[in-house]
Amino acid sequence: MTIKEALFQYTLRQGDTSLILGHRLSEWCGHGPKLEQDIALINIALDLVGQSRSYLEYAARIEDKNRTEDDLAYHRAEREFKNLLLVEQPNGNWGNTIMRSFYYDVFHYLFLHELVKSKDEQIAAIAQKSLKEVTYHLKHNSDWVIRLGDGTEESHVIMQTAADELWMFTGEMFDMDEVDDILMKEGIAPDLKPLHSKWLQKVKDVFTEATLKVPPEDAWMQSGGKLKGIHSEQMGFILSEMQYLPRAYPDATW
Amino acid sequence: MENVTDYTEEQIFQELSNVTDPEIPVLTVTDMGVVRKVDKFGETVRVTITPTYSGCPAMQRIESDIKEHLEKLGFEKVEVVTVLSPAWTTDWLTDVGRKKLEEYGIAPPAEKTTDKSALTGGKKTVRCPQCKSENTKMISQFGSTACKALYQCQDCKEPFDYFKCI
Repeated sequence: MTIKEALFQYTLRQGDTSLILGHRLSEWCGHGPKLEQDIALINIALDLVGQSRSYLEYAARIEDKNRTEDDLAYHRAEREFKNLLLVEQPNGNWGNTIMRSFYYDVFHYLFLHELVKSKDEQIAAIAQKSLKEVTYHLKHNSDWVIRLGDGTEESHVIMQTAADELWMFTGEMFDMDEVDDILMKEGIAPDLKPLHSKWLQKVKDVFTEATLKVPPEDAWMQSGGKLKGIHSEQMGFILSEMQYLPRAYPDATW
Repeated sequence: MENVTDYTEEQIFQELSNVTDPEIPVLTVTDMGVVRKVDKFGETVRVTITPTYSGCPAMQRIESDIKEHLEKLGFEKVEVVTVLSPAWTTDWLTDVGRKKLEEYGIAPPAEKTTDKSALTGGKKTVRCPQCKSENTKMISQFGSTACKALYQCQDCKEPFDYFKCI
């Protein structure tokens, strides 16, 4: 694998995770329990879709095959998407949605802190921009985990259930392969291994305040989305909605 | 009209203070610090802009408004390029811009940068743009646009937008 091929894959992985989480959150538009909650999720979705656009626009440039960021978002099939399985999980209830974002935000925040040091200028620029936004996402979702975990008996059970059910998807965030190895040698990508203990510590801190139990660290973890493009059944449903318009009307413009 | 090819880069930059933000029309793109640079190569003008937020939907409109304004002045070749680095910060809002925001009813950013205070829950004073009371509270980190949070004044009870620091 060449550096260029590795960089293309790497950029897709970041762009796809942001895109799919952004899409999932946008499904809340008009359905939030309160106006402020609705607005918050949609603002976060907007940031993520914007970040995804920066990554995919760059991926298209690296690939250099006359594709645009829209081609990559709307005209790739399921197996070509390299997002984390965590972010394609269904919205479920408010607790599931918050917990899914919280697990990812803690990782995203720590990861971007490393990515800003990337020797690839465009990757570093996207990371620098994103980090400012993700700082707010992490704050928002940590607050909600604490508020509901340490809330009523019912909200506590809902949050603990969400924490346990989504746990098996958290290990994938730290998976690495040849793509990472090649780019780590170039100083473009950070090593994800040292981030795991930092991630766990932050999750523990917030869960302690939220009176939630951290699921067992040695639990079995599901992988396959980020490295191989093997998704859960949810992915097809997401794409059929997200890609419907540009596939049905390829010439449609704003 | 004088020949536009005589305009200096500085004069073109000044001209852009006629282009306003489509979501906060009281601010111009130069007040916001969104316009980073103007370059002139013969008949071509290149304006470099940077987004406030990655997903800010106003950027495309700002790009076309800048083009339209300069083309009206007589420039024939106008390019607008977007750069992400250095990342936009509320520190670039001009003092004039901050004053305009408050008069418009949006509380301007209360401090320099927030990266850390947002995480550690640091307290900052946000002044009510209506009655100027400092007894205000945050309702939500996220408001009507990506760049704002929602606050409420505890004295006059008026809810208001706060232009949050990034």
